[in-house]
Amino acid sequence: MQINLILPEIVLIVTVLMLFAASLLKRKGKVKAAIVMAGSGLASALTLLSLFWSGSLFCGAYQIDVLSQLSKFFLTGGLFLVSYMSRDLAGIEEEMRNEFSFFLSLSTLGLVMMSSAVELLTILVCLEISSYALYVVISFRLNPGQRQEVEAGIKYVIFGAAATGISLFGLSYVFAFCHSTYLVEISRQMPEIIGAQSLAVIGMVLLLSGFFYKLAMFPMHAWTPDIYQGASNETTAFIATLPKIGAAVLLVRLVHVTGEGGGAFTWVLVVLAVLSMTFGNLAALVQDDIKRLLAYSSIAHAGYMMVGLLSANQLGLAAVLYYIAGYVLMNLACFVVIYYLAPQGQNITFNDLKGLHQRSPILAFTLAAGAFGMAGIPPTVGFTGKFVIFTAALDRGFYGLVVIAMVNAAISAFYYLKMARAAYCQGEGIEVKPIKLAWGTKVLGAFIVLAIVVIGSLPQMLMTLADQAVAVLM
Amino acid sequence: MHMEKYLILNTLSYPVLSVIMVVPLFGALLSLLLKNEQRLKVFGMFVTLLTLVLSLPLYSCFDLHTAKYQFAELRAWFPLLNLDYVVGVDGISGLLVLLTTLIMPFCVLCSWRYIGKRVGEFIFVILVMETAMIGVFVSLNTVLFYIFWEAMLIPMFLLIAVWGGARRDYASIKFFLYTLCGSIFLLVAIVALYIKTGTFFIPALMDHEFSFAYQMWIFLACALAFAIKIPMYPLHTWLPAAHVEAPTAGSVILASILLKMGGYGFLRFCLPMAPAATVYCMPYLIALSLISIIFGGYLALGQTDIKKLIAYSSVGHMGFVTLGIFLLNDQGLKGAILQMINHGITTGGLFIMVGMIYERTHSREIADNSALGMLMPVYVTFLGIFSLSSLAFPGTNSFVGEFLVLLGAFKQSSLVGFLAIPGAILAAAYMLRLLQRMVWHDSDGHGHHHEGEEGDKAHAHALVDLDLREIIIVVVLAGFVFWIGLYPAPLLKFMDASVAHLLEQLAAGGIHLPAGGGGHAESHALLELGSWFKQVMPF
Repeated sequence: MQINLILPEIVLIVTVLMLFAASLLKRKGKVKAAIVMAGSGLASALTLLSLFWSGSLFCGAYQIDVLSQLSKFFLTGGLFLVSYMSRDLAGIEEEMRNEFSFFLSLSTLGLVMMSSAVELLTILVCLEISSYALYVVISFRLNPGQRQEVEAGIKYVIFGAAATGISLFGLSYVFAFCHSTYLVEISRQMPEIIGAQSLAVIGMVLLLSGFFYKLAMFPMHAWTPDIYQGASNETTAFIATLPKIGAAVLLVRLVHVTGEGGGAFTWVLVVLAVLSMTFGNLAALVQDDIKRLLAYSSIAHAGYMMVGLLSANQLGLAAVLYYIAGYVLMNLACFVVIYYLAPQGQNITFNDLKGLHQRSPILAFTLAAGAFGMAGIPPTVGFTGKFVIFTAALDRGFYGLVVIAMVNAAISAFYYLKMARAAYCQGEGIEVKPIKLAWGTKVLGAFIVLAIVVIGSLPQMLMTLADQAVAVLM
Repeated sequence: MHMEKYLILNTLSYPVLSVIMVVPLFGALLSLLLKNEQRLKVFGMFVTLLTLVLSLPLYSCFDLHTAKYQFAELRAWFPLLNLDYVVGVDGISGLLVLLTTLIMPFCVLCSWRYIGKRVGEFIFVILVMETAMIGVFVSLNTVLFYIFWEAMLIPMFLLIAVWGGARRDYASIKFFLYTLCGSIFLLVAIVALYIKTGTFFIPALMDHEFSFAYQMWIFLACALAFAIKIPMYPLHTWLPAAHVEAPTAGSVILASILLKMGGYGFLRFCLPMAPAATVYCMPYLIALSLISIIFGGYLALGQTDIKKLIAYSSVGHMGFVTLGIFLLNDQGLKGAILQMINHGITTGGLFIMVGMIYERTHSREIADNSALGMLMPVYVTFLGIFSLSSLAFPGTNSFVGEFLVLLGAFKQSSLVGFLAIPGAILAAAYMLRLLQRMVWHDSDGHGHHHEGEEGDKAHAHALVDLDLREIIIVVVLAGFVFWIGLYPAPLLKFMDASVAHLLEQLAAGGIHLPAGGGGHAESHALLELGSWFKQVMPF
């Protein structure tokens, strides 16, 4: 066994253990954030280094390829950004901060392992590692006793357990058809079976449901708004980004095993994609709480990603990887603003955004970049991602689906525009307190904006990587 | 590469098209470092003038004898999708680029006093806008075109929403969503074309022959986006709202440049890529253009708000542009392109003049701004010049354009010509009405006449005549009004080769009709085109 192949994982495990030890010591200060940042930074550097390594471990259940390494890079990089953004953990109770860092890192570890897992049971175990950590973390919030966060925590547990159950049930069907839990073996048989047996379609869809849950995809989306609203801003920033990377990458692997054939399975996904984006966008139109709005918008974005997934061609799957990376950046742009607008960790509404351009120009600009990006206005990564996804879908002949998706993007423009409008055009005349930001935070905002624009206007590098990652599957 | 046969690569000492796109963008970033408002305005002026100077070789070094795309640059950009960074101009887009770089310094200059808040952000937005607008005209790649086309929405939205009038909220969102919805199908068409042909390169797409049904889809998808932008009846409703609420600079950009993108889009996408569909849809689009002309003029006649009046007059004027485009003959096309330039100068000038009077009286109502002749002689002189130009008085620029369009119309069908003429008369009616009320005394009873001496004096005190800065703006624009009005030959020569090429493409594509089989019905309809006019229009 080549131990060097799993160096990033080892670094993360060491980080998790150190945080565990630190949580026992009950020491105060910023040590924990520093440990998370150091661990995730080192791990993401290692994944970059090992981007083109390949190998198979643990009896073929654990595979190192470009796809897994790219996904790990997104995950560890995302953890670094989230923990850097919320390094003060202002919205978490003082005594809980040690555990908070510990659980977030543990959850990331689960997701990192999930992106390498190519055997169904391993995948489910990794999924559970990442979920269990989050079950605990969601109820951590400053000023407890508001019931909101407890409600969120319980909902996440119940929905999560149900989703895993459904997934396992689907797994049993898939196992019954293919007599194997290895993806390689399943991908050899599945394309034929899924064309002939409608039960296989049901099995596959049920199996995918567990990951739809993570991605906040219709019909497994119901938890999203309440959890976004109830959890602290730091936790929500994590839930809104990292688990979605893990889910998207795994869906790329799982959808690919069914082949490019189309048929009933593809049509089920088409229907889910349409429902997901339409429901998400329409519900988001009327939200006032920004986190709730982002929750519904994430349901819509899951729909857009599904358009790329169900195309199942190389371009479509690569586009999903590109899109998820961009989506994480755009989402983080919004969460940076939410986090720094709420020093006590409270929720942010449109009213709080008013006059933001006077209070902090850099935060206003970050918010605008995130909002316009998610609306798909060029030259942002949101536009380029949609463009490539729709190109892949049109290549498969899904004209109607793409038109529906475009109409949805136009609907969504309204509420994203509302955010930018509140930050830039409203609140003149009302008294405003300037927001003092540390240099590090300004750099973070500028970095995210720059990344959104540069990756959006010069997509070649990331798309080539994504393309190579998907080529491994093909 | 096969792309190069459409291009004449840039031979100037600097990559002119990229430079005039990058300079404003770079200027916008630099402007973030400045704090002093006065310096910011001077800096904005400097950057827009520098861009203008750098763009002048597009005119002086332009090769009049070719329809190829000149000053072209070609670089790999996104090879995975066969996307290149490719820019270049021909006789049509070259003029529009020059119009853009010419108008932008005036947008800064006319905002000198008008913009009282957030000057730094204003300069930033104006400069980003300039980059995007130039980008639209020089892109020879459909995706690049679309990126600039959409990127324009954000700065324009901010211009209206931040510095606009009382109903800016409504107007800015209406503008944004209306135009965004319009371009949904444009993007689908762009990608569909790529999947069919494997290229995003516009000239190569023009050479490709598509089946009639496919052409119809492409035509309709693109035409929707462009008809909203130009705007054509019945998709014009965003325009008056946006125009009225936008600050002067915003109105000028909208009228002078943004509306032209609709016409440019028709000329660049619809006509050459879907010639048979264009010919098929021609009667309908001509009908819509005629409705725009008359409807726009009729609405303008009833307005009491000066800005609204000019906004509706724009609908009418752009109706002449689309009419000229869809006449599909030499005079019509040339007249339409010339009219785009003319409208940019004249209506830009009129909006600047409205801004000037608004700065003084803080009202855009005609009733509040009447009887200015005695008080502001210089102002009303230039108001007169631009108004006469707007109603296409002989000797002014619009006369040449409208005359060419009407010539083309009569060549196509006398009825179309006769139907367009009331539009020209309506223009005279509403512009002369405006001029009469604003220059001479308002005698219908409720003017300041009855307020007594005191009111009169206060009114007169606020109304100082134009200062040097304002005179410079209007003199230069009026210069262009007369130059094009009296000697349009250079501009017509400039577009000559490109228009001829466009007509060739139309002739080649329009004749290539699906023979027999499924396409029978269409070709039948097409052959009957001549008799269509005879039946519907018995002249």
